[in-house]
Amino acid sequence: MLDKILFYFFAAVAVASAVLMVTRRNVIHSAIFLITALLATAGIFLQLRAEFLFIVQIILYVGGIMVLFVFVIMLVNLDVALQQIQFARQKWVALLVALALAGQVGLMFWSSGKMPGQGLPVLTAAVASNLPPNSETVAHSLFDAYLLPFEIASVLLLVAMIGAVVMAKKRT
Amino acid sequence: MMEALLHGTIDFLKLYWAPLLCGVAVVAVLPLIVGYIVLVERKLMADMQARLGPMRVGPHGLLQPIADAVKLLIKEDIIPDNADKLVFWLAPVLSVGAALLSLAGLAIGPAFQIAQDINIGILFVVGISALGIFGIVLGGWASNSHYSLMGALRSSAQLVSYETAAGMALVSALLFTGTLNIKSIVEAQSKEGIWFVMLAPVAFFTYLVASIAETNRAPFDLPEAESELVAGYMTEFSGFRWSLYFLAEYANMIVVASVATTLFLGGWLRPFASVPWLNVLDFLPALLTVAVAAYCIVRVPKQPTRVQQSFMMAVAGLCFVVGLALVAPVVLPVAKPFYAGIHGGFWFISKVSLYIYFFMWLRFTIPRYRFDQLMRLGWHFLIPLSIINVLLVGVALIAGSYFHLQGWGLLLVTTPAAVITLVAALLILAVDKERDARHDPNAASDFYAG
Amino acid sequence: MGPQHPSTHGVLRVKLKLDGERVIGSECIIGYLHRGVEKIAENRTYQQFAPYVDRMDYVAAVSSGLGYCEAVEKLLLVEAPPRARVIRTILTELQRIASHLLWLGTHALDIGALTPLFYCFREREEILKIFEKYCGARLTTHAFRIGGLQYEAYDTFEKDVERFCKDFESRIAEYETLLTNNRIWIGRTRGVGILTAADAIAFGVTGPVLRASGVKWDIRKAAPYAAYDQYKFEIPVGTTGDTYDRYLVRMEEMRQSRLICLQAIENIPSGPILGKVGKVLKPPPGEVYHAIEAPKGEIGYYIVSDGTVMPYRVHIRPPSFINLQAFDRMVRGHLVADVVAIIGTIDIVLGEVDR
Repeated sequence: MLDKILFYFFAAVAVASAVLMVTRRNVIHSAIFLITALLATAGIFLQLRAEFLFIVQIILYVGGIMVLFVFVIMLVNLDVALQQIQFARQKWVALLVALALAGQVGLMFWSSGKMPGQGLPVLTAAVASNLPPNSETVAHSLFDAYLLPFEIASVLLLVAMIGAVVMAKKRT
Repeated sequence: MMEALLHGTIDFLKLYWAPLLCGVAVVAVLPLIVGYIVLVERKLMADMQARLGPMRVGPHGLLQPIADAVKLLIKEDIIPDNADKLVFWLAPVLSVGAALLSLAGLAIGPAFQIAQDINIGILFVVGISALGIFGIVLGGWASNSHYSLMGALRSSAQLVSYETAAGMALVSALLFTGTLNIKSIVEAQSKEGIWFVMLAPVAFFTYLVASIAETNRAPFDLPEAESELVAGYMTEFSGFRWSLYFLAEYANMIVVASVATTLFLGGWLRPFASVPWLNVLDFLPALLTVAVAAYCIVRVPKQPTRVQQSFMMAVAGLCFVVGLALVAPVVLPVAKPFYAGIHGGFWFISKVSLYIYFFMWLRFTIPRYRFDQLMRLGWHFLIPLSIINVLLVGVALIAGSYFHLQGWGLLLVTTPAAVITLVAALLILAVDKERDARHDPNAASDFYAG
Repeated sequence: MGPQHPSTHGVLRVKLKLDGERVIGSECIIGYLHRGVEKIAENRTYQQFAPYVDRMDYVAAVSSGLGYCEAVEKLLLVEAPPRARVIRTILTELQRIASHLLWLGTHALDIGALTPLFYCFREREEILKIFEKYCGARLTTHAFRIGGLQYEAYDTFEKDVERFCKDFESRIAEYETLLTNNRIWIGRTRGVGILTAADAIAFGVTGPVLRASGVKWDIRKAAPYAAYDQYKFEIPVGTTGDTYDRYLVRMEEMRQSRLICLQAIENIPSGPILGKVGKVLKPPPGEVYHAIEAPKGEIGYYIVSDGTVMPYRVHIRPPSFINLQAFDRMVRGHLVADVVAIIGTIDIVLGEVDR
């Protein structure tokens, strides 16, 4: 029961934040609503007992990427940007794509002939107390089975960092 | 529907009444605690500056925090004209919210968690306190002044830079435990019989410096004190909003002190907790409090007025009662189960206090760093140092497990690692100084890049 | 940086031209404290004008008073008696220490060290107590009279000065422990606000700022006045002319002043304290320029007398005003955070700058 309430709460916050985010004029407001949407998603992760994902979402997404977004928003000259009408022509294309996606999802549910969640492959919920600690599991898989992708991702990040530093240095 | 909601709430309360109570207690009591920490800081500052500090409000200024709180609450709430109302309201709330929420993950004693025993304990605390950055950035934005914004961005750049170094330092210590759970970390220190500060001293030092920068304390408080030169991010906030920022800063101090205590200083463990023949140290807390009580009694005749005399006697009585409470679990078998809670709490709080005392001591003693020097210190020195430290501690641990070393034996491998790290640190400093000397001081430089 | 600013040591307005964070130009706008002292002098008798000079450099009133009294004595062609000269020297050197202490406290505070201010004021308090016992005032002392002194040194004067000097050695060591080898202090002051010797001489800068740039010029040695030729002391000279050098020079000057005081109180000659001057002072027509080494630099008095009881013209050459000219040269290329340090290191008092 509690689970359901929490889930609906987080889901509502996420959806409402997403809607608010794309409809605000003020860019900082949009950023704030993106933050709340990400936090709500993190809450859902926590509900699924994926606590490592929850905290990593907060540290990296909210605490890293959103800080970067907010920095950029503040450093860019916004007055000029606000006065321009932004992406007005793409409004309709976006709506079309969203409707198409919603149609696909609806079709999927309808064709299974059952209520949402019943016809789809459902994973049996693991008993919470038997779950190994989330961080250890992730760490084991990262360093055991998925070591190569992990290292490749690290090199990619390193290349990106060096590229950013090189591009940001002023030419003397 | 309503019935289901009611059932849900009752379920919730039945399961989580203890953490809820703890949470409410923390939120209610923390402002008072922070107020008294500020009073202690002012008294310490005064002592180091050959003066007395607040003396008027209440005996020896003890009611000063209450007077300050009342003053801040009744101040007029001024909102700048063109300020963004939503963001202006939200910014201090975010700061305080992040600080208080990260307090929830801590544990003062083995059975004494503030909220739940979270599996990702340390990561939770560090991650949530990183959310406080938004409070600063949005606060600077909401002030609608270019200089406020610059100050806020500078402060958050500082926080982000030192977060990496702090995280790496914590990783070095976490290598010894293999888990993020706070209780397990302290238990690991109890099992090894040695605090991690001995096994990873360089990590402790790095975390110390990084945490000073994280909480915007001197000598890294240029973004705050820059209200001398240029408006800092807190300028437009007056009255209660400002006190929220202030509360957030001191709550952050408590959080970083608690993290350092848990990870490096043995949490709630008594010094030499696993050495049975040093059990006599169990009497130390009681001895200390009784000594304080005795000192108060000795000073009673020297007080000038009756009020102050009776106050001193009251303080002495209080210390004596606390001393009794501290000695009871050791001697009385009926109080033995409370030993972990009471003594754990005492040791934890005294270690946190020591850490915060060190923060305050630094603030009054050394001048402040200029912003570019601050960023250089973080990026050019602390981050390489902490990365090298992680590497070397890892190597030391592998060597230790190869030789089946445990507890104090681990010192055999970690001390060489620490020495090599220090040598590397000196090398980094030398190279940096040389590069700095060759660098043309008049060339434009970008501070955010460090 | 506006006139009301905690770190400009008075009402100084500084306009900075910035390129990002760097200062590429500056302009000091002064005059907020202009009181027309020089014009007032034309309508006061010589003795009446003496308290006015205290109010210019209100931090080091005794030195300003000494300069003025000696200038008028030059006009009158009288000399203060030996006892007066020695006591004047002691009081002026104590004032130098007091002025440098104030400078050190505020300068350290601007850079972020909160504690030296209180320690410096503790010592300054002792000096001000001596002044109060001597002439009744702490700040604007009017300690000297034209021709000598008005007040005899009080009974425990020598003992007080001796006790202060004995304590002071350990106190200076205290300040040095806090600051001199502190990495952050050195980082904030080394290489900041460099003034080369050639520039210093070209701008007419005097005092510790000049000496820190490497020029060994001190009026106490070059053209001794009062009783300075009787005592042995060193003139500290710096090498690079940055803020750190100016700090070291002033610290050493405090030590040397202490030595002068100790030498002086050993042997204060007895005798009269006031020279042969009448009640009404009518110096013969003429002009005189007399300069002394005030704590902040060379303070000069140019007095033109037309034979009446009031001077025809008094012009004061304030050290802070001339030194402030070098501010633009010192601040270019530095960051905004350094501007406050540089203003502090020149050691200006707006009362003197604006008169």
